[in-house]
Amino acid sequence: MATNGKVTGIIANLVIVEADGPVSQNEICFIRHKGVDLMAEVIKILGNKAYTQVFESTRGLKVGSDAVFMNHMLEVTLGPGILSRNYDGLQNDLDKMKGVFLKRGEYTDPLNPEAEWVFTAIAKQGDKVEAGSWLGEVIEGWMPHKIMVPFKFEGFYTVKSIVKNGTYKTKDVIAVVTDSKGKDFEVTMTQKWPVKVPIRAYKEKPRPFKIMETGVRTMDTLNPLAEGGTGFIPGPFGCGKTVLQHAVSQQAEADMIIVTACGERANEVVEIFTEFPELDDPRTGRKLMERTTIICNTSNMPVAAREASVYTGMTIAEYYRSMGLKVLLLADSTSRWAQALREMSNRMEELPGPDAFPMDLPAIISNFYSRAGFVYLNNGQTGSITFLGTVSPAGGNLKEPVTESTKKAARCFYALNQERADSKRYPAIDPIDSYSKYLEYPEIQEYLKNTIGADWVDNVTLAKDILLRGKEVSEQINILGDDGVPIDYHEKYWKAEVIDFVVLQQDAFDSIDKSTPFERQKFMLEQVLDIYKTDFDFKSFEEVNPFFKSIINTFKQMNYAEFKSEKFNGYLEQIKNKINERKAV
Amino acid sequence: METTAFQKIYTKITQITKATCSLKAEGVGYEEIATVNGRLAQVVKIQGDNVTLQIFSGTEGIPTNAEVVFMGKAPTINVSDELAGRFFNAYGDPIDGGPAVEGKEVEIGGPSVNPVRRKQPSELIPTGIAGIDLNNTLVTGQKIPFFADPDQPFNQVMAMVALRAKADKIILGGMGLSNDDYLFFKNIFENAGALDRIISFINTTENPPVERLLIPDMALTTAEYFAHEKHQKVLVLLTDMTLYADALSIVSNRMDQIPSKDSMPGSLYSDLAKIYEKAVQFPEGGSITIIAVTTLSGGDITHAIPDNTGYITEGQLFLRRDTDIGKVIIDPFRSLSRLKQLVIGKQTREDHPQVMNAAIRLFADAANAKTKLENGFDLNDYDERTLKYAKEYSRELLAIDINVEIDAMLDTGWGLFAKYFNKSEIGIKDALVAKYWPKN
Ligand SMILES: Nc1ncnc2c1ncn2[C@@H]1O[C@H](COP(=O)(O)OP(=O)(O)OP(=O)(O)O)[C@@H](O)[C@H]1O
Ligand SMILES: [Mg+2]
Repeated sequence: MATNGKVTGIIANLVIVEADGPVSQNEICFIRHKGVDLMAEVIKILGNKAYTQVFESTRGLKVGSDAVFMNHMLEVTLGPGILSRNYDGLQNDLDKMKGVFLKRGEYTDPLNPEAEWVFTAIAKQGDKVEAGSWLGEVIEGWMPHKIMVPFKFEGFYTVKSIVKNGTYKTKDVIAVVTDSKGKDFEVTMTQKWPVKVPIRAYKEKPRPFKIMETGVRTMDTLNPLAEGGTGFIPGPFGCGKTVLQHAVSQQAEADMIIVTACGERANEVVEIFTEFPELDDPRTGRKLMERTTIICNTSNMPVAAREASVYTGMTIAEYYRSMGLKVLLLADSTSRWAQALREMSNRMEELPGPDAFPMDLPAIISNFYSRAGFVYLNNGQTGSITFLGTVSPAGGNLKEPVTESTKKAARCFYALNQERADSKRYPAIDPIDSYSKYLEYPEIQEYLKNTIGADWVDNVTLAKDILLRGKEVSEQINILGDDGVPIDYHEKYWKAEVIDFVVLQQDAFDSIDKSTPFERQKFMLEQVLDIYKTDFDFKSFEEVNPFFKSIINTFKQMNYAEFKSEKFNGYLEQIKNKINERKAV
Repeated sequence: METTAFQKIYTKITQITKATCSLKAEGVGYEEIATVNGRLAQVVKIQGDNVTLQIFSGTEGIPTNAEVVFMGKAPTINVSDELAGRFFNAYGDPIDGGPAVEGKEVEIGGPSVNPVRRKQPSELIPTGIAGIDLNNTLVTGQKIPFFADPDQPFNQVMAMVALRAKADKIILGGMGLSNDDYLFFKNIFENAGALDRIISFINTTENPPVERLLIPDMALTTAEYFAHEKHQKVLVLLTDMTLYADALSIVSNRMDQIPSKDSMPGSLYSDLAKIYEKAVQFPEGGSITIIAVTTLSGGDITHAIPDNTGYITEGQLFLRRDTDIGKVIIDPFRSLSRLKQLVIGKQTREDHPQVMNAAIRLFADAANAKTKLENGFDLNDYDERTLKYAKEYSRELLAIDINVEIDAMLDTGWGLFAKYFNKSEIGIKDALVAKYWPKN
C-alpha cells in the first residue's frame, strides 16, 4: 500500500510532510491542494517527517493537506517522440499545455500516445539480450530510433517473441523477453528511468579520442572539445556565454542536440523556438529543430524544477546515446542549478559551505559531469554525450564555488574575458587562460594529425605561443611606450593581433563567418602563420600599425566571403601583394 | 480591507521581531495576507500551528495581544481601465484622493507565461537617444535596467525614454523614491499631457521599506492586465530596484536566513528574476517592457544586486559622466542591449550593426591612447586621431541630450569615420563602405 502523509510545515517551496509509512530519499510525492496535485521530491527524512521540495508555487497551501508517496524517484519517460519537443524541467510537453500562463499542477504527457510508429525488428526470437539491447527501430523524424530492452531490466533475457514489422503505438507491446528463471516480461516502446541515476547500459567508456567540430574557431583551433568530452564556459554577465552556446548548438557536428535552459531568460529559449525550425543544419540541410530537443526551466519557473532540468536533459541524452548516437548536451547555466541547491539547503538550515552553497556541491557537480562520455555499447556500436555547460560566477570572479568545482570536473575551460567582451572581441574566450586538456591526450593528437594535418598540432601550439608573446610585448609597450621598445616588439604584437582578429574573433551573426569547418580553419591558420613567419621591413614603429591593420581588414573580408570563392581568392591575392611590398629582402 | 463575520480573530502573538511576528493559528494558507492591528502582513512560514507573518510596515508598537485577522487570499489588486491616470501606494490604495478602483480582483505575483506561448520580441522602441538607439537598441518585451550611481540623472533619462516610447500605458513602480522625485515624475507626465496613460504605484522614502516588496508585483500584475487582456504596449518603470533588494535582505535577515554575498539572501537571483521575467511579448500584440533603475555604489557592478540583475536582464544601460565633454553619456563599453540584434540592420539601415561596432572599437582605441598619455608616453598619429574622434563621438552620439532619428545617427557615425580615419582603419565590410562612406 502506498504511503500517505499530511503537510505539517511550509516554508516557501520546502514542505514538510508527516508520513504514515516508509518513505525513501528522492521519492516523488503529490501534495493535494484545492483539487490539484502538486509534485514534490523528498530531499531529507527525519523520523516520520519527509522534507520535500515542491516543484510548484506553494501559495495558499495549508497544513493538514494530504500527500501521497509514489514509491519511485523523479523519472522521465523515454520513447520515440522526444526529438524536437519543448519540455519543461520535469519533461512536461509545454506545447500541450493550455493557456498562455503556466498552471500549477498541470502535467502533460512527454510522448504522444496516439502517434503511430513504423517498427522494424532488429532482434529475433531466441536472441540473448540485456538492458539497452536493441530490439528494433522506428524512424523518429529522420533518425533511426532504437527500441531497447528497458534499462531497469537486470541480468540477461531471451527474446521470446517480437512483433512483426508494422505500425505500432508507444504503449503497444513489441516484444516479450524471458529472464533466467523463465519469467516473461512485456516490452513496449516506452520506458521510465529515474533522472538522478546514470544509465549504465554500455560496455565501456574509453577516454575520448575524437574531436567534435563546433565551427567556432577559437574553440576548434585552439582548445578543441572532444566528442564525449566535457567543457564549461564561465563568464561575467553579458560576455557571450549564451550566444556561444547557441552558436555551438547550431553548428556542432552532432546527431542530436539537447539544449537545457536552466534558470535563464525565457526570451533566449523563444529565440530557439523561433529560429531553429527555420535554420538549416549546415551538415544535413535539414532544419535545426529536427535534431534538437529543448528542456526549458527559465528563471521564473519553479526553482526546484530547475535542478531537475539538468538531470532530465542528461537522462534523455543517455537514452539517445544508447542508440549509438552522437549527442551534444548544453546547459545554460549550471550556476542556476547550484543556486537552486543553495536555496533549498538554506531553507533546511543545513550547515553551509563556501558562499552558503551546500557542502557537497563539488561532488554533485562532478557526478553530473561524469555522466557524459564516449561509450562502446554492449553490441559494439559507439555513442557519445558531449557536455558543455555555462557558469555564471558571482561578480564575474572565477574564485567562487561553482566555477572552482566545475573546473575540477570539466576538461575544457573556456573563460570569457570581460575586457575582450567590452572591446567587442567576440567570442570573448580568453585565448591564454582557456584550455582543453584533450589537446594533451596522445590519442587526440594522433586523431588531429590524421584528420586535419600532420603539422596541425604543432601549428596550434605555435599559434598559442604567438598569442602569449603578443600579450607579453603589449604589456611591455604599455610600460615602456611605443618608442621605448624595439620595432620588433610592435611587429610581434601585431602578428598576435592578426591571429586574434582573423582566427579568434568570429561574427556569430554573419551567415558565413558564424561557422567555419575544420578545412577552412586549417587554411586560415596556415595563412596567419605564414605572416608570422615572414620577416618584414619597417623603418619605424609608426609603419607597423597601419600595415597590419590593413592586412587584418582584408582578412576580415575574407572571413565574410564564401570559402575559396572568387572573392575569397581575390582578398587572398591582395594580402599576398601587401606582404610582398613589405617583405624584408 | 474589512473583516467579515466568518473570520476568526487571533489575539495572542508569541514572538515579534523587527519585521515579523508569530502566532498559533489554524487553516492558514501559505502567502496568505492578514492584518495585524490593521497593518498588512503576509504568511512567510507555517510550522504546525505556528504561523509567521511578515508585517510590511514593520512591527514597531505591535503588542502581543494585537488583533490578527487572516484574509484567506494572497495580496490582490482590482484591475480595470479605471486604473489609468491614478496613483496608488504599495497596497494598491489610492493616494491621489480619488475613489477606490472597481474591477476584477486578481492576485499579484501570479504564474509565468508558458515560454512556448511567448513571441520573440521584434518591435524597436525609438528613444532618439543615440547612446540607446544606435548602440543599445531597445525592443518591446525587453527588460533592461539603468546602472547608475545615485547622483546620475537616471530618473530624468528614464522619464524621457518613457515619454518618447509611444507606449499605450506607462506604469511607474517607485520604491524608496524621494518625495521630490515622485513629484518630478508627476509633473513631467502631467506636462507632457500623458497622465491618462500613466499608472503609478509609489513607495517613498517616507514609507516603511518592507512595503516596497509589493510594488513590482502590483505594477506588473496591472501591466499583465493591459498587455494580455487589452493587447496594449505597456512600459513598466521600476526605480530603484536596489532599494527593493535592500528590503528583501531586511526581511531575510530578520528571518535568520543565511546570507550569501553582500548580505543578500541566497534567493536574490530567483526573487529578481520573477519580477524581470514578467517582461514579455504576446503573440496578439500586447507587450510588457521593463525599464528599471539599479543604483550602484561607487560604480561597483560586482556587488550582488547589480551582478544578479545583469545576469537576469537583457542588458543594461550604464550612465557615466564623461569629463572630456562635461556631459552624462551612455557608456558604450559597459552598456548592452541583448535584443538589439533582433532589430538592428533589419528594421534599421543595413549598415547599423557594423557602424555601431566600428564606432565603439575606435572609442576603445581612444581609451587605450588615453592610458598611454596618462602613463606619460608620446602618442602616435593614430592615437591622436582617435582621441579627437572620441571627444566628438561622445558629444555627438553618446550624450544623453541627443534626440535624432537612427539614420541621422548612422550618418553622423560615417561622418566621424571619414573625418578622422581612412577606410582600412574602420574594419567595415567593403560593400557597406562603398555605399555609405561620405563622398566629399
Ligand atoms: N560572438 C558574438 N558576436 C557578436 N555579439 C556577441 C557575441 N557574443 C556575445 N555578443 C553580444 O553580447 C551579448 C550578451 O551575450 P550573451 O547573452 O551570450 O551573454 P551571457 O554571457 O550569456 O550573459 P548572461 O550570463 O547574463 O546570460 C549579446 O546579446 C550580443 O550582443
Ligand atoms: Mg546567458
